[in-house]
Amino acid sequence: MRLVPKEIESLWTLFTAPAVWAAHFLLCYVGAAVYCAKRSSWGFGFEWVRVGIGVATLLALTMILVSAWLAWRQWGFGAQDPPHDRPTGHDRRSFQGLATLLLSGLSFVAVIYTAMPALVIAECNP
Amino acid sequence: MKAQSVAAYLLPVGCLVAGCSDAQSVLNPHGAEAESIALLFWITAIGGALIWLAVVGALIYAGRRHRKPYSQASAARLVLWAGAVVPSILLAVLLGYALALIPDLRPLAASADDDRLHIEVIGEQFWWRVIYHPPDGQPVVSANEVRLPVGERVTFSLKSTDVIHSFWIPPLGGKMDMIPGRTNTFSLKATKAGIFRSPCTEFCGPSHALMAFTAVAMKPGRFDRWLANEGKEAVNGKPGLKPFLANGCGACHAIRGTEADGAVGPDLTHLASRKTLAAGSLPNTEDAIARFIAEPDEVKPGVRMPAFGMLPQDEIDAIAAYLARLE
Repeated sequence: MRLVPKEIESLWTLFTAPAVWAAHFLLCYVGAAVYCAKRSSWGFGFEWVRVGIGVATLLALTMILVSAWLAWRQWGFGAQDPPHDRPTGHDRRSFQGLATLLLSGLSFVAVIYTAMPALVIAECNP
Repeated sequence: MKAQSVAAYLLPVGCLVAGCSDAQSVLNPHGAEAESIALLFWITAIGGALIWLAVVGALIYAGRRHRKPYSQASAARLVLWAGAVVPSILLAVLLGYALALIPDLRPLAASADDDRLHIEVIGEQFWWRVIYHPPDGQPVVSANEVRLPVGERVTFSLKSTDVIHSFWIPPLGGKMDMIPGRTNTFSLKATKAGIFRSPCTEFCGPSHALMAFTAVAMKPGRFDRWLANEGKEAVNGKPGLKPFLANGCGACHAIRGTEADGAVGPDLTHLASRKTLAAGSLPNTEDAIARFIAEPDEVKPGVRMPAFGMLPQDEIDAIAAYLARLE
């Protein structure tokens, strides 16, 4: 028996990667804003916010890769070409797998773009 | 094509080019920040034009030269590479380049430097209160004009007393909002001397479009002499001061060296040395001053200054003549 079943009869898996992207986005922006508002009472520097964003980014990318691999498997590793538009359960699952895979790709790139400012921004606005 | 119809086609082009008048153009950089913004603009614009040419070229090729269907596999490959992979890489490069500019566009740590000129600018409906804080010396209050020395980084503290305004000197650098209850700090460094028009860039009420200031980047020696003069009291030589005080103008306007010490409206101590009148609304002439005294609301809808058109014309003229000589 598989830990995660191959044929998931739910739309929720489709949103896993975008949800990780959204959570990562909020964590980065809200985290930096809260730190800059409260920094005087917190005893660590902005470099730790950047490290935190780096760790959150690696975690988010890992989760998106897992989601992408599950989606790839659900799509049958590309055994059949799209558009998967016949009215069968098999095509429905393949379509969902491909859509999830594409959304995972988008989310992967978006998470990297979200984190990139942390490479150059080294301090809060005074 | 007739000459007239050529002119009809060229007219809009002429208007567009006129829109790039030097005084208010980001493409006419006179500051360190503006130079990197202008370069970013040209890279983006030329890159966008090249991509547009490639897309339209592919369209023409597919529609005119290669009028046969493509296999689904090669179409999918084209969509994957030209539609997803290459744009993602180009955007990542462009984003990385733009982000790498941030530390120079917003040099924050340097803002805290105490031994340089610091200018406080407060946005009010619909004018700018400007207070110079030289590193060694008393603050100097002025209005509707920001002067800064070439080659020195100047720190700006941006505030607002009423609604959100936005501070922008296009040929010098990026803009920053002025938010009630907050002090936003940023800095600018002019690299060449010049005179610029700086509009308010956040809609702030009926006279938003009439809220601008003149920015003047000057050689450091000239700037020091100008600031020393700006800090002096007004030289009082004309009879217009008496009606100015008698009609209560001093309750809102200050003229240092006289009894007028109001702080509601712009400081007028050296009004005549400014390039424009009423925050960029009028040329700074005696006639324009007289008109603004008589009907400020006609010039700037929503202005807080009441109209003084009921005064005898000779008193208005005397006040205008006095103010027009406050160098």
